[in-house]
Amino acid sequence: MTAFVEFEQVAYHVDGRDVLRGIDLSLDPNETLVLLGRSGSGKTTLLKMVNGLLSPSSGEVRFENRRIAEWDPIRLRRRIGYVIQDGGLFPHLTVARNVGLVPELEAWPTQKIRARVDELLDAVGLEPGIYASRYPRQLSGGEKQRVGIARALAADPPLLLLDEPFAALDPVTRFDMQQHFLKLRKDFGKAALFVTHDLREALLLGSRIALLHQGRMEWVGERDQFLSATSPHARTFLRTLELESAP
Amino acid sequence: MNPFTLEVLRASGEHIVLVVTAVVAAIAIGAPAAIALTRHARTRRWALGVVNVIQTIPSLALFGVLLPIPLIGGIGKRTAIIVLALYALLPIMRNMVVGILGIEASIRESALAMGMTRHQILWRVEIPLALPTILAGLRIAIVSTIGTATVAAAIGGGGLGTFIFRGIATADLTTVLAGAVPAAIMAIIADEVLEWAERHYSV
Repeated sequence: MTAFVEFEQVAYHVDGRDVLRGIDLSLDPNETLVLLGRSGSGKTTLLKMVNGLLSPSSGEVRFENRRIAEWDPIRLRRRIGYVIQDGGLFPHLTVARNVGLVPELEAWPTQKIRARVDELLDAVGLEPGIYASRYPRQLSGGEKQRVGIARALAADPPLLLLDEPFAALDPVTRFDMQQHFLKLRKDFGKAALFVTHDLREALLLGSRIALLHQGRMEWVGERDQFLSATSPHARTFLRTLELESAP
Repeated sequence: MNPFTLEVLRASGEHIVLVVTAVVAAIAIGAPAAIALTRHARTRRWALGVVNVIQTIPSLALFGVLLPIPLIGGIGKRTAIIVLALYALLPIMRNMVVGILGIEASIRESALAMGMTRHQILWRVEIPLALPTILAGLRIAIVSTIGTATVAAAIGGGGLGTFIFRGIATADLTTVLAGAVPAAIMAIIADEVLEWAERHYSV
């Protein structure tokens, strides 16, 4: 079987610095792969290569068995949902128009867009009657992220890219959003690449985990195996769990 | 209506035509140029520099410099409109560039990542978000053009300046005021209307 998203010997340099080196990785449909790493490990760079916001200096990235460079970037990006840390919502558009933007660009009929927006707001736990006409500035951090996720799902893309979507939320809201993400994944069945620096989140959400350290792939494997991983940086991450559970 | 009032009204109309034509011309040239400049950092620095220098030339001097130049110069409205448009360029272009470049990187990145074309990003994201800043520039351009347009009378451009120059020449304060007061009222109205628009479109 061929992979859904595939990285082959991917490297990325900027200003003579290696951001990524020798990355091999693949993602299957319906799988959530967590890219775990500290700040500056290159995980966001890797993510942005999938929707063509960045291009690898060498190596290849493929989506649905086609090299990213061969895709029309507009078509490619409309097949991929993208969620970032601060939501990236358009402040001049209402929640409904933010969520319905890609369907609107794809020229869906107005009725169908409205129905889809309501369905998605419901799915992320926001009452459409209350939230549809609000502006992003009238939302809390957690609500913004919910809208961001609804927006990413709008045109029913087979793949989601999530770049630390819950990192800026308070712990309770974050936990709530993580639970919600699990439920959404079950209901919508998407493939997802999820970037985080939080091991707890990685273990909760990932079916597999890829650990990046200074631009190299340090460890890749099933979530459960991470707990017994022996690589030094995996151990460093695991120690953060021990500290948290210490009395 | 007495003939003097009628004359003031006619000059006011002329004045408005001068201002509107000049500002529309400045937008027609300045807006596309400003959008192009938001995408080229190197060109942006010197182009805004040139526009800045134009702004520092005293208006009377610029009218004088253009007078002897064929095609764009000479006595009359055309030269006046060209000079006024040159002055209006700076606030329009600078505010447009500043407004568009001031949009948060994450918003532009989202737009790109959602598969918006450059054209869609410009019209659906950049211009709407920069609109309050753009309108602020337009306000400065219009209000200052209303003032500068009074100088146009010096080269036969007509407008309310005609009264001001005539009044100065004859040392007649009433005639000066007949030009100055309507110009001031125009500037105040334009300022209020555009300030309202600016607030209305701010996010």
